[in-house]
Amino acid sequence: MTFIAKPKVTHPSLPHNALGLTRRAYEGVLSTLCAGCGHDSITAAIVEACWRLSLEPQNLVKLSGIGCSSKTTAYFVSGAHGFNAVHGRMASIATGANAANRRLSYIGVSGDGDTLSIGLGQFCHAIRRNLDMLYIIENNGVYGLTKGQFSASADIGSRAKKGETNRQPPIDPVLLALDLGAPFVARSFSGDKRQLVPLIEAGLKHGGFALIDVLSPCVTFNDHEGSTKSYAYTREHYEPAVLADFVPREQPISVDYPPGEAREIALHDGSRIVLRKIGADYDPTDRAAADAAVQARGGSGEYLTGLIYLDAAGRHPEFHQVNATPEAPLNSLPFEQLSPGSAGLRTVLARYR
Amino acid sequence: MTTANRVNDFTIKIATVNGTGSASANTLLMKSIFRSGVPVMGKNFFPSNIQGLPTWYEIRVSRDGHVARSGTVELMVALNPETYARDVRELAPGGYLLYDSTWPRPVLLSRADITVIGVPLAKLCNENFTGVRTRILMKNICYAGALAALLNLDVERIRDLLGETYGRKPQLLESNMKAITLGFEYTRAHFPCPLPLSVERMDRTAGHIMIDGNTAAALGCVFAGATVAAWYPITPSTSLMDAFKRFCERLRIDPDTGAKRFAFIQAEDELAAIGMVLGAAWNGARAFTATSGPGISLMNEFLGLAYYAEVPAVVFDIQRVGPSTGMPTRTQQGDLLSCAYASHGDTRHICLYPADPGECFEMAVEAFDLAERLQTPVLVVSDLDIGMNDWMVREFQWDDAYRPDRGKVMTLEQIESLEKFHRYLDPDGDGIPWRTLPGVHPKAAYFTRGSGHNQFGAYTEDAAEYQQVLDRLLRKWQTARQRVPRALIDGEGSEIGIVSIGSGDSAVREALALLRAQGVAIDYLRVRAFPFGEEVERFLAGHRQVFVAEQNRDAQLRSLLTLETAVEKAKLRSLLHYSGLPVSSRFIVDGVLAEVRGPAGANHDRRDRPAPEGRAGSDAAAEAAAMPGREAPSPAQATTTV
Repeated sequence: MTFIAKPKVTHPSLPHNALGLTRRAYEGVLSTLCAGCGHDSITAAIVEACWRLSLEPQNLVKLSGIGCSSKTTAYFVSGAHGFNAVHGRMASIATGANAANRRLSYIGVSGDGDTLSIGLGQFCHAIRRNLDMLYIIENNGVYGLTKGQFSASADIGSRAKKGETNRQPPIDPVLLALDLGAPFVARSFSGDKRQLVPLIEAGLKHGGFALIDVLSPCVTFNDHEGSTKSYAYTREHYEPAVLADFVPREQPISVDYPPGEAREIALHDGSRIVLRKIGADYDPTDRAAADAAVQARGGSGEYLTGLIYLDAAGRHPEFHQVNATPEAPLNSLPFEQLSPGSAGLRTVLARYR
Repeated sequence: MTTANRVNDFTIKIATVNGTGSASANTLLMKSIFRSGVPVMGKNFFPSNIQGLPTWYEIRVSRDGHVARSGTVELMVALNPETYARDVRELAPGGYLLYDSTWPRPVLLSRADITVIGVPLAKLCNENFTGVRTRILMKNICYAGALAALLNLDVERIRDLLGETYGRKPQLLESNMKAITLGFEYTRAHFPCPLPLSVERMDRTAGHIMIDGNTAAALGCVFAGATVAAWYPITPSTSLMDAFKRFCERLRIDPDTGAKRFAFIQAEDELAAIGMVLGAAWNGARAFTATSGPGISLMNEFLGLAYYAEVPAVVFDIQRVGPSTGMPTRTQQGDLLSCAYASHGDTRHICLYPADPGECFEMAVEAFDLAERLQTPVLVVSDLDIGMNDWMVREFQWDDAYRPDRGKVMTLEQIESLEKFHRYLDPDGDGIPWRTLPGVHPKAAYFTRGSGHNQFGAYTEDAAEYQQVLDRLLRKWQTARQRVPRALIDGEGSEIGIVSIGSGDSAVREALALLRAQGVAIDYLRVRAFPFGEEVERFLAGHRQVFVAEQNRDAQLRSLLTLETAVEKAKLRSLLHYSGLPVSSRFIVDGVLAEVRGPAGANHDRRDRPAPEGRAGSDAAAEAAAMPGREAPSPAQATTTV
């Protein structure tokens, strides 16, 4: 349906953000996904988060691989450049793009097939490099465009639409990311916008690799009885562990938080994440505890959600810190600073005479 | 061999075991000859191994400036007993063999038509140095000393060279000099020195440098302003990336902050390396990777995306021997087809074919300009011979007026003046669309995709819209034809021509000079880029018979020529050398002569057929079959067809 131009009608009463833009400025072309697809809700959450953050649209870069999820980068922020890479290899495009210009915000949208099978290596290495990007997995447990094969995130015992039962253990991107040292690891549900929007805001502003694994039911191939990634199953089995609120730099902390229950973590640009515990025993800044909690819930078929882990101490340096690149983007450096000229060449060649 | 006048005109081959440190001795010999003003070439035939396997180093001294392998060896330095038998066999009649006589081998090393020179290298070093490692290392320097006596090399020049290497470590300088003196004095005392093969001072190296192609290409990347380098280690491309990093750490550090004006990313594999290059180039940085055949195979899918979505990229392919893992430390031109047509669907890529380190430097710079001007990948197709061997080339020049051609990238002002930006239009009629960079203006945004898209950049499955873009890409290909480096043509008027590519150039040029001396005149064309220009078409049409000399089994250049030009296949005659060693001038001469002087209607392609190599004394059949100067195939071997 992308050939139908989406009418840009702006109602005068629509609210404006700090840039004077309405939410319409953060939308993209019409979605061609199935009606009711979880991915469309995630797209709406991204639109909302970008609007709330007052992001300059051109300062966002949208990246994706191949699959239903990867189509969605066309459906939000039409004022941002998008790069739809080959299957499973969005992370390397993001790495190169970020290397060239560290000043922009990078959001990658991928699926469970794109990330956990063909793209598993690149996903792991983007985490290892602590690339400053928000990586969203729209996780539905199936391959939609090829009509319903299990993906690597399908749970043991989950039944396919045609009746087959999955017997191989799933790869859990959250556990994997925790293990690889990702500094920001979250899980959410496409049906819980209240939880998801602040996570996206925080993930975009966080200065390192941020993963949000979003359970996003496939209404066509994986929304039936016996599936562990259906709307009904997910609603029943998901448990928010911690609430994360995103507080922009300009805004003072609200006094509503009961003392002792809220923990504030500053991000590099002065904005803050306020974490509120739900279970008394959960500490989202303790990686081992977070890992144990996810493992424990996983065994009983529960989804622990929220900002599961945040590296408050900043243990791993970000990609550009490791590479000691200058503050100015590499793609903006004047040629004179890059090329040593004929005198420089003569000096270099002296030892080859 | 006539020894009458071999002054400044002979080949030395040094047979050792890898990992014993012979490289510094060989470099020392090369440089001391080079600094005597005598043209010299060095080629390293090394194993894919860290320590313990046979390795050879060939030094050709050529007063006429020929830098190819001649195809014969006049002086063999046989220091590896494992390869004694084949090393003795390879020596030309009348040649000289230097070996370590600490362990005398009169029978094994004897041949009626050679002179054996035994120098007790190990004994001399064991008596004068302590420590196992030092003794092994000094044994190499000691043979350099022996050669200095035999070839009449200037010992003071050798001292100067050692001083440049060990300037800050006087003890090392002294021990090296001692080893030189030991070899020198012993040899001069026991043998008539110098040999008829010797080095006499000339002035033919002024304005030249000795450098390998990977270092030269890396330097080109620095000077072209490349800022993002992503790669996965693979022989023989690794030294290109190492050199880039080394140069950048010297030339690209912000003097005030210490910040590095480059990003050097070791990727998880070649799939990621090319992805990083595309991401960076799409985002406005000059970015490149270096790899070899297996890496090109892995990069295929992304190269197709870059072609179709029109993303610049520079890829250096330092070819090695295939198929599959092949022989990673040997040279070949086996990726000509896989580079030209990398990826599925209708894809063709611009390829540049440097012939020596000088062209590696120039073409590296040109590759970035072409990639950005034409918004497409450019592959610089080099090989191990160029990339890792030391070549004598003219000193590189740099024009300070040079500024990068960033191609059609819209400025903020241009974007602001537009009603709406569309990515894949052809407003200038050259098939090249305008592009924009992220972060400039929301109006400039577009969606880059490898899926079907129309000229506005939107997704499409419409037949006409899809085909419109594909046809425009073909127009861009025609523009590329006009912009890539021209083929070089030497000679005119003969009805016979020869075409070569890349590292085969030096052997062909020497062969043509030798053939001319025998009354056979042949016109020469060296292809320097793909797509081929008009001049290639004209050259092929203008000759009755055309030899195509290349270093692979399947005549890949000939295939490209028949696919991409109107040439009649029957008039092309292949000279194929694919043993993994660089082609020699002798192979070309023999192949051409067999055809032009052979029986009428022979019409055969010619292949190099190296004799099978037996281990020392273990393969009598191979030994019996092999003849001295074994690069010349026997007449029976010359009549195979493709």
